[in-house]
Formats: sequence, structure tokens, C-alpha cells
Amino acid sequence: MGSRIQEKLSILADAAKYDVSCSSSGSDRKNKDKGLGNTGAGICHTYTEDGRCVSLLKILLTNHCIFDCAYCVSRRSNDVKRAAFTVQEVVDLTINFYRRNYIEGLFLSSGIFQNADYTMERLVRIAKKLRNEHNFNGYIHLKTIPGASDELIFEAGLYADRLSINLEIPTEAGLKLLAPEKNHREMIQPIKFISNTILQTKEDKKIIKSTPKFVPAGQSTQMIIGAAKESDLQIIHAAQHFYKQYKMKRVYYSGYVPISNDLRLPTIGTEVPLVRENRLYQTDWLLRFYGFEANEILNETNPLLDLDIDPKLSWALRNMDKFPVDVNRASYEMILRIPGVGVRSAKKILAARKFEKLRLEHLQKLGIAMNKAKYFISCHGYIQRYADQQAEKIKHFILSNSSSKYVKAASSQLNLF
Amino acid sequence: MEEHVLRYDGTWKGVLSLIFDVYAYKYNVSTIEIEDEASQPLLFTSAVMYVTTDDVKSARVTKGIIASVGQKGYLELYHVFLSEKWGRELLILRTTQYYLRTKVPASRNYAHGDVLEVKKIVKSVSRERHRMKAFVRFQLLDDGIYFAIVEPDFNVLPLVSKHFKDRYADQKWIIYDVKRKYGIYYDGDLVQEVEFGSGRRIDQKSITLAGHESELLYSKLWNQYFNSVNIKERKNLKLHIQHVPKRYWKYLNEK
Repeated sequence: MGSRIQEKLSILADAAKYDVSCSSSGSDRKNKDKGLGNTGAGICHTYTEDGRCVSLLKILLTNHCIFDCAYCVSRRSNDVKRAAFTVQEVVDLTINFYRRNYIEGLFLSSGIFQNADYTMERLVRIAKKLRNEHNFNGYIHLKTIPGASDELIFEAGLYADRLSINLEIPTEAGLKLLAPEKNHREMIQPIKFISNTILQTKEDKKIIKSTPKFVPAGQSTQMIIGAAKESDLQIIHAAQHFYKQYKMKRVYYSGYVPISNDLRLPTIGTEVPLVRENRLYQTDWLLRFYGFEANEILNETNPLLDLDIDPKLSWALRNMDKFPVDVNRASYEMILRIPGVGVRSAKKILAARKFEKLRLEHLQKLGIAMNKAKYFISCHGYIQRYADQQAEKIKHFILSNSSSKYVKAASSQLNLF
Repeated sequence: MEEHVLRYDGTWKGVLSLIFDVYAYKYNVSTIEIEDEASQPLLFTSAVMYVTTDDVKSARVTKGIIASVGQKGYLELYHVFLSEKWGRELLILRTTQYYLRTKVPASRNYAHGDVLEVKKIVKSVSRERHRMKAFVRFQLLDDGIYFAIVEPDFNVLPLVSKHFKDRYADQKWIIYDVKRKYGIYYDGDLVQEVEFGSGRRIDQKSITLAGHESELLYSKLWNQYFNSVNIKERKNLKLHIQHVPKRYWKYLNEK
């Protein structure tokens, strides 16, 4: 039985790998009654050779699918080997990997076979079995199958820590072109349902403490980058909508890896847009942790992210009138906006300045990226000389004094235009 | 003024007792040494003082530190101790003295040299602790115990024991530090430190030989999985090695 299961694992892990989510945090599920596992801060147990975290056993239940979405490797018309796990096989793999400290839990997705409910029901059955029969308290992330009934989604939420449905294509027009059998409304509906149920559960819990957990680690979604000619503006505004409207925990961005000769898509051999993906993640962080609004970074006049420099620096250079920021006086919000200062450094600055007036050498030791920050701050014993310089000049200074890890990738991408 | 060389037993409680003595006897400390390891010839100007590890003394110092900088500040000093870095005792002593003479909680003064040094060490020890949570690879032995070998840069087993106890509450396990020649063993109820007699060799080979029949299969499947989730078009070995430094590969079965 060893070689058969090995073959299934290779097919169904390979097909699941384009789902980039790997988070296993945010749930805080305790190990109850001396069972197996718990969840906490989330641990990456290893990293693949492409540098991505491996935290969960991320597999498809099956790669048989009735849909034919152009961007998907498991699309109906694609000539690939098909396989399907049994419920027991998934349970055994999860438990045995978990006991050896390989993983934080299970991330189970699936191609859609027969119909949405039939597929969803199988996913739920696995989660239920892990929780109820094996007293498994590790992390479970289930995919919400578009079109599944509310009842099944509700049940899934009782066992899973996270549910997600991947929008994949942020625009309706793009979705129509590449996944004509899916419709935008059918994807949004379950997101709404889960978001509302999470809110409702929180309310109920205030009154009745024993209200069972429902998707304690929240929902996430994913968008493919560079498959449907979408702009950064569209992507980031969609992301902000998800964060605000549906209280999503994460939006993931997945640079499209060409897997098809379909004329609607970039041809095989086209480079994965890694720099753009990175800039989108940086922007996402600015929305979630730095108090930025999407339209401060991307708007009708600036619909695309700058690939040479990070979006915060880019914003600062467009808003030179807000600088220099005095690190000994400015508010936390403003300190966060200094290029080169991260959330941790900003908090350190606030803590340390209670003891003494901070000088340049203090900031250096705190781990601030001074090569960027020095153009935007003032502090004790340091007068900002660059304040009236033109933004273009500062950008040039910064770029000529740093070497981006993306230089190679960036230049080969720029050649395309 | 006469300088004092302090010798203690190398335990955390010993360090705390030492701090107590420094206050009690107004020592002017030049050097702190662990008794067994002290070997350097002494200068005539220094007097050697032996510190006796004492529960009452160490408890009082613990209380004093917590009162001044909280549990978190206290644990940071413990991390510095576990780093085994040269000069750690003096750093702990100086930092404690700074904390105790400052009126406001001072463990967040990032502009203070010693505090910053403590933070730096805490960061590396915490990273190592986190990596142990990630990189421990249990192998199921024939006798039903899940066994893992580790070789951490710092002495972090005391810092991960609770994590593994909470997580693997229904299985017996041992995590063995080959560098420091001791392990932690959970018997289904309690975690305790264990050592193996010098006659028993504990290494990857001896563990594999004692493996359960299912062990090979799951190890193989894990390898299969590790290779299948990789996206070749996105290959980035530099990032891979940054996250999984080579010194850990020895005990990672996927590598």
C-alpha cells in the first residue's frame, strides 16, 4: 500500500501547491482531555526550495474536477493524472505527520466532483473525524466549495479553524473570461455567510459561554497575479474591500505560474511576476499594520505599484510635505510612516524615547534601515538636510546606495515592455 | 579597591544567589566563573569568593527582578543565561543592577547598551527556541516512544518543554540534545530531564535501528510531500537556506 499512497500524495500535493496560504496561527485551540495537538502562534516546520513556508499538510482530496477554469492545473480539459484520497487516508496522513512534528495540521482543498455539496460533505467528514474520533486539536483549514449549502458550510466551520474560498480573479470580467462556469456572486455569497456567522457567534458567546467555536482563525482568500491583466489598483482595492467588509484575516497574492497553452493566458515560460507579488504583499501589510488606506497608495493617478522601490517609500516620496518626522515627538502613526521603520522599530522608538532623547546612533542600533530613514527624520543632534530636496533625487540616492535582491528578476521583467 | 572573582555552580539559581551576595557583601566583581571550569591563574589583586546556591536567596532576587521589570524582563535574563555566551553572568548582573536602581521599569530602554545587548541575545535564543519547535523530527520507536535528536546552538530544551508537553499530551516522547548530552522525557504525565549512561550511543543510526515498522513509510511520505509542494518555477535556494540553515539539516529527514 506504500507505493500507491505515495503516488496519490505526489499528485494531490502537487495540485494543491498553487494555493499559497500556509498560515496556522490565530486560533488558540487548546489540547483538551489529553488529546493530540493544539494551535497557537503557528510554526513553519520547513521551507520548500522555493523559499515558502511548510506549515500544513496541504493536499487536495481529489484533482478530479467538473470545472474548466483556464488558470487551474486540475481543470477538466487538462490531460493530467487524476487521483483521490479516501477519508481514512487523509486522516491517517494527518495524524501520523502531526505526531512526528512535521506539520501544524491539515489544509484540505479539492477539485469539485459530482457537485458542490457532495464535495463539501467529504471535506467536512474528514474534519469531523479528526476532531471527534481522534481528539485532534491541531489546525484545520478547509476550502469552502463555491455553491455548497449554508448548512454544510456551517458544519465545516464548527470543525475547521479557517475556511477560505479563493476569488482567484479579482475582476468580474476576468472571471467570465477565464472561468466561465463560475460566477462572482456564487463566490461572494459564502464569504458573506461565513463573515456574518462569525460575527453572530461572537455576539452569542458574550451571552452563552458554551457557544461552540466557529472558524476561530477567520477566513482568507487568494488572488492570482498576472493572469487576467488586472491592475494593482483593482487588486488592492478588492483586498481592502475584503478586509473591511468581510473582516478577512488574510488575502494572499499568487504570482501566476504558467501551466497552460491557453491563448487567454501568459504563455508557458513567461516569468512568474515575483517582484510585483512582493510589492503587493508589502502594500497589504501597509493596509493591515501601518494604518494606510488603499487609495493613498494606489489611485487613478497611480494605478500601478513602483517595482524599483517599496510602496511605503513610494508614498513618502509623493508626500514630502509630511516630512521630516521628529522621532522624539511624532505620534506612533507618523513614525510608522517613515520609510525604513517597521512596526517593531516604531514601538521600540516609543519605548526608548521615554528614557532619553534619541540620537542617530540610538536609531542605528535599534535596527532601523537608516539608508532610507535618514532622508525622512530628524532627531536629537541631527538636522534633516534633505527635506527640501526633490523626491526624484532622494529616490536616486537610495537606489544607488542599495542593491535590491530583485535586481536580476526586475531587469528581465522590464525588458518585456 | 579590591576586586572579587566569584565562582558559582553554573546553574540559574546559582546566578541569582550570586546577585544576592553581590548586594549583601558589596562585592566589586571583576570576573564570574563556573567552579568546574575555572582554571585561569589569579591575579594577586583579586580575591576568590564562592557563592552557595540557595533557594531563599535566589527566590528573593527573582522577586526583586519581577517587581522591577515584570515576568517578561525576568525571563529575558533567563534567556541570556541559557545562551551560554561568554560573559553572560556579568551582563546579567550589570543589567539587574541597572533595573533595580531605576525607578521606572527599564527593560524597554532600547537606548541603554546593556539592555540592548540583552535584547540581542534574547532574540537569538528565542529564534533558536522557535526553530526547535519547528525542526524537531520525532521518529516512532518500536517501544512506542517518539524520539527526536537535536543539536541546538543554545541550551533551549528548558524553553520548549511546555510546548511539547501541551501539544503531544497523549504520546510518550524524548527530545535529546546530543551536544549537551541530556534530554527531556515525557512519560504521558510529566516531563523530566534524562541522561543516558555513557555506554549507550544516541545518534541518528541507533535511533533508526530502533525504529517502528511504520517509521520508514511516513518518513518517505514526508519526503515525497516536501518535494511535491515545491514550485520549480519559483526556485529560490537563497531564501530556502536563510529559513532552514544548513546546520540543522543533519536531523531533518526531508533534507
